[in-house]
Amino acid sequence: MSTVKARLAPVTGHRLFWPLVMLVVLLVANTVYRPSFLSVELKNGHLYGSLIDIVRLSAPLILVALGMSLVIATGGIDLSVGSVVAVSGAVACLWISEQPDQNSLGGVFTALAIAFGLALVLGVWNGVLVAVIGIQPIIATLILMVAGRGLAQLITSGQIITINSEPYKTIGVGHLLTLPFAIIIALVVAVIVAVLTRRTALGMIIESVGGNAEASRLAGIRSRRITLLVYVVSAACAAIAGFMMTANVSSADGNAAGLWVELDAILAVVIGGTSLAGGRFYLSGTIVGALIIQTLTTSVYAMNIDPQTALLFKAVVVIAVCLIQAPAFRARFRRKRPLAPPPAPTAEKQKEQVPA
Amino acid sequence: MTTTPLAVRADRAWWRVPQRHVPVLATFVLLLVMYGVGVSQYRAFSNIQVVFNIFIDNGFLLVVAVGMTFVILTGGIDLSVGSVVAMTAMVSASLLRDGVNPALVLVVALLIGPTLGFAMGCVIHFFDIQPFIVTLAGMFFARGMCTWISSTSIPITEGFWTSAAQERIRIGENFVSVSVLIALAVVGVAAFTLAYTRLGRNVYAIGGNPQSALLMGLPVGRTKIAVYTISGLCSAVGGILLSFYTLSGAPLIAVGMELDVIAAVVIGGTLLTGGSGYVFGTVLGVLVLGVIQTLITFDGTLSSWWTKIVIGALLFAFILLQRLVGIRKK
Repeated sequence: MSTVKARLAPVTGHRLFWPLVMLVVLLVANTVYRPSFLSVELKNGHLYGSLIDIVRLSAPLILVALGMSLVIATGGIDLSVGSVVAVSGAVACLWISEQPDQNSLGGVFTALAIAFGLALVLGVWNGVLVAVIGIQPIIATLILMVAGRGLAQLITSGQIITINSEPYKTIGVGHLLTLPFAIIIALVVAVIVAVLTRRTALGMIIESVGGNAEASRLAGIRSRRITLLVYVVSAACAAIAGFMMTANVSSADGNAAGLWVELDAILAVVIGGTSLAGGRFYLSGTIVGALIIQTLTTSVYAMNIDPQTALLFKAVVVIAVCLIQAPAFRARFRRKRPLAPPPAPTAEKQKEQVPA
Repeated sequence: MTTTPLAVRADRAWWRVPQRHVPVLATFVLLLVMYGVGVSQYRAFSNIQVVFNIFIDNGFLLVVAVGMTFVILTGGIDLSVGSVVAMTAMVSASLLRDGVNPALVLVVALLIGPTLGFAMGCVIHFFDIQPFIVTLAGMFFARGMCTWISSTSIPITEGFWTSAAQERIRIGENFVSVSVLIALAVVGVAAFTLAYTRLGRNVYAIGGNPQSALLMGLPVGRTKIAVYTISGLCSAVGGILLSFYTLSGAPLIAVGMELDVIAAVVIGGTLLTGGSGYVFGTVLGVLVLGVIQTLITFDGTLSSWWTKIVIGALLFAFILLQRLVGIRKK
């Protein structure tokens, strides 16, 4: 018994273990409810199926959550991503809607470039407030969260801008190499972020700034520049997510686009095992977290439950995952069952005894 | 600060305002300026009923903001308030529809908020999870409960509720609603609690520095749980006032209200890091939001989204001011 436990310890102790268990449980529940859930078929050279749908719909959330992980790694938080999603989508759709030929590639690319540039400016604004002026991140980004929504409605004049542009639509619902285009974009961004942070020193520098900004500065890291950078990256990711969301429905709604995406993104990051205190980040965990949230949403739709009631399930999942990951909760749980202590704490004890 | 000799204090000129009063005074000046602009631009604005209407329209916001002030003073945050307000209104509306005695409905509705707040406070304290995440889960939970109760709006036709909603208390030629009196009573009780009771002192101490509060032997855990319970209670009262105001319970009412509340508290000069701020400042913050809305309504040509942009700009200005005051202190 104990040897089995000892062998399983590295698996159950892995930070991705509980999030993955949660994802598998959700998938199994779906399969039990609807046996055709797992089937994926090839139609007209495109892959179709519930699983593909879930990944496609979670692409914007994955993007936003990737940017959010970097921000949270520096000990900050970015509440403004939802507004950036709305603003970038609104600007892109407005520009395209004013083109004589909405299908021209040039017009679409100009629209994307303008909207992306504006999102970068918004990111710099957040970054300057946090890194240069030194305002608490949650408040600094709250400003843009409130004002950005108004800005998006100002851009669309309170209307829903509908466009009819094939190239723009491709971002949301197009296909490339049998896979939905949105998945490929999310994958490419994820790989770029992962390579830049984990194959260079950048990731470690971000984590050190999150651990202690002042100490990192004294160690020769330009903390302010790093803090500014993560907010810009977060806004850039949010902008791409904004293109996807608006392309999905071929229209921009300043009021509803990206509403509450910041909360979902923060949840995805936390479920993935990144602490809100900063100093560490796990990109793979974040992606799993985003998939869990989207699977939950999709299964609730599939089971004919009111989407608003789905929030109840979300609350339960959030609390469950957070409690399982909270050290204080684990310690309490262990104390109550002294007969079957997991092997991990004994290993820690030995480590502690050696220096003593 | 407390060790400063009294003689030095006496030397200070009478016009030098204590540093911690600066943000509240700035809000007060802003409020006066905005009111002055309104009066100079629109003739009807000078009617005293305009001021009373701001209180009538924002009574529930005021009560919720008072609860949020407690939480923010300890350095925490409560994102669940908007959903708890909606849940309270929903529960009262659905119970009243089923013909439950209104007194019983009041008791039940007033118990839900504090219970949820108490639970969230316990999770925050005992399991050491960030308030942001716990109250976010609470927000999802309460909003989900709303739609679980009913996915459509429930009208309230019960006698006590309608009379409370329509009762006009005359003050000279003008009138206020019952909600305003309740809101002002809550403000009074909260201001007294924060300024003159042990709980209030503990709240400030924990917000200033939880570590030293703990070392001083203050009941940190109990106080933390208490502030979330108080915030839940205030949200419940706010929910009842909202159901007086709208005479219905709707599942999507008060969405995003937590942002308005946090904005009001910050504009009112309460530091988000905790430890500094006043209930009076929060009242001013709510009034500022109310005056902005009234100005935009009076103007008539400005669209509603300008409210958001102006609130964002004000937030920026006040946070910058807090920052400057903080730097001068150093």
